[in-house]
Amino acid sequence: MKETHKFTKILSKAIIYIALFVLAISIIVPVGWVFMASVKRNAEFIGADINPWALPADPRWENFKQAFVDARMGEFFLNSVMVTALALFLLLVLALPASYVLARFDFKCKKILNLACMAGLFINVNYIVVPIFLMLTDANKAFQVDFFLNNRFLLALIYAATSLPFTIYLLSGYFKTLPKGFEEAAYIDGCGYWKTMVKIMVPMAKPSIITVILFNFLSFWNEYIIAYTLMDGHDTLAMGLKNLMAVEKTATNYGIMYAGLVIVMLPTLILYIAVQKRLTEGMTLGGLKG
Amino acid sequence: MNRKKSQGRFVFACLAPAALLILLFIFVPTVKVFKMSLYRMGGITNKKEFVGFENFTKLFQDKAFLEAMQNTILIIVLVMICTIVLAVLFAALLSRGNFKGKNFFRVIFYIPNILSIVVVAGIFGAIYNPSTGLLNTFLEAIHLDGLVHQWMGEPKIVIYSVIFALVWQAIGYYMVMYMASMAAIPEDLYEAAALDGSSEIHTFFTVTLPLIWNNIRTTLTFYIISTINLSFLFVQIMTDGGPNGKTEVALNYMYKQAYGAGVYGYGMAIGVVVFIFSFVLAAVVNKITDREVLEF
Repeated sequence: MKETHKFTKILSKAIIYIALFVLAISIIVPVGWVFMASVKRNAEFIGADINPWALPADPRWENFKQAFVDARMGEFFLNSVMVTALALFLLLVLALPASYVLARFDFKCKKILNLACMAGLFINVNYIVVPIFLMLTDANKAFQVDFFLNNRFLLALIYAATSLPFTIYLLSGYFKTLPKGFEEAAYIDGCGYWKTMVKIMVPMAKPSIITVILFNFLSFWNEYIIAYTLMDGHDTLAMGLKNLMAVEKTATNYGIMYAGLVIVMLPTLILYIAVQKRLTEGMTLGGLKG
Repeated sequence: MNRKKSQGRFVFACLAPAALLILLFIFVPTVKVFKMSLYRMGGITNKKEFVGFENFTKLFQDKAFLEAMQNTILIIVLVMICTIVLAVLFAALLSRGNFKGKNFFRVIFYIPNILSIVVVAGIFGAIYNPSTGLLNTFLEAIHLDGLVHQWMGEPKIVIYSVIFALVWQAIGYYMVMYMASMAAIPEDLYEAAALDGSSEIHTFFTVTLPLIWNNIRTTLTFYIISTINLSFLFVQIMTDGGPNGKTEVALNYMYKQAYGAGVYGYGMAIGVVVFIFSFVLAAVVNKITDREVLEF
């Protein structure tokens, strides 16, 4: 009796481990393979008897140089850094005061604004990306300029704007949990509204601000459909990679394409490894995506 | 009085910029989607003409659109079922199981979620490549040559290849979510179940699953909305609907019509239908999964 019990226990443990390892391998192997492929020669991809599992014969770091220079991924990398940083900055400058006020003040149209913010949560950019493109095209025509499309600042502004509902929802939820006494004490000490907000309340919201930055960094860095629709020339990295993949499929220069893949995913992987605990914990604060 | 006035000014200054941007880049384009769907516009002449619901009546006779909707529904249903089963299973293993390396697996499983959908598409391009792909060469190596397929080329298979990639991408995200709600279940319920002689599997169905049911229900809405969106992004990069419309999904068809072909009115009508469809579907699913919630 005891023997069979022990046996089923070992068996169930084995099954659990097999299931876990199958999923883990299905993630580690392809991701790791892309890293390996990024230093392979083109001859190691093309041909009938090619073994894709073979290690690179002799690491070809040239692929990265070619991706950065010839495929302009270096330039796109800088564009992505600029757009992501600017969008994060704009997002925080806009969302923090709005969330603070929505959470802690009483005023006339508060209900409507809260409702509008909630409604905004349900409108995904995929539906409105074409009308945004048309609005900017019309603006170009109206002012007879070539300013509104392919503009990195506007792209960052649109990223920030489309992330506002979710960010405000998250931040104002956090502001609501802070005790009321702080502001009263600050007012008694002669602090104005602005000073109270900037010096006292915003620093207290630091944990949720970090969550906001992490999630929006990932979504801005990885975003491609808005950039793909609005930009032409000042590509972002993800969009550049999409174009590179489309070109490489026909031109078959695989090494450079995989180098491009590594360039796009490496920053997010590094960030993830550094802050993975915070990220998965923060996610449950208010999970929503897509 | 003066204080009230300055408070009003402060509130206004804090809210106005954000409200203006939300209005300009979210609500105005949304209204435009609905409005444009009632016009015939775009194309070569680029004239704008009010046609009422003509775009919609045309839409429901458009075979390509109907096939795209069918594909979208198939993708939603299969991605939802596969992801729920796997994510709940792995969440239960990682939060209740008693073995080493739990944290390692949790960290690995979440990785697909932080990758750009472009990167995911690139990775699956490498996996599905017909001659030198990881999947086919692996199957050949373990002598399962019969299972080798043109994963992105065979009309009957290609949609399942897309579904597989979407599930791969989603498991970790939902798993972490279910783990969080499993962590909230009090330990003494499990102790009581163990004292009653309940097996681990039995406890999973009688304790864990009923208690996280509410959380699973919430995620059903997420699955519907995010699968509609992610399937578009993924298909747009991987197949662009091919071969021969077999992987066409609703939003990709919208994007093709509107941005690609420039038939804006018709494209926006597709957007309206998909938008309403996603809400109705979410409401229906919400209604039929409504049951008495067990609480602890």
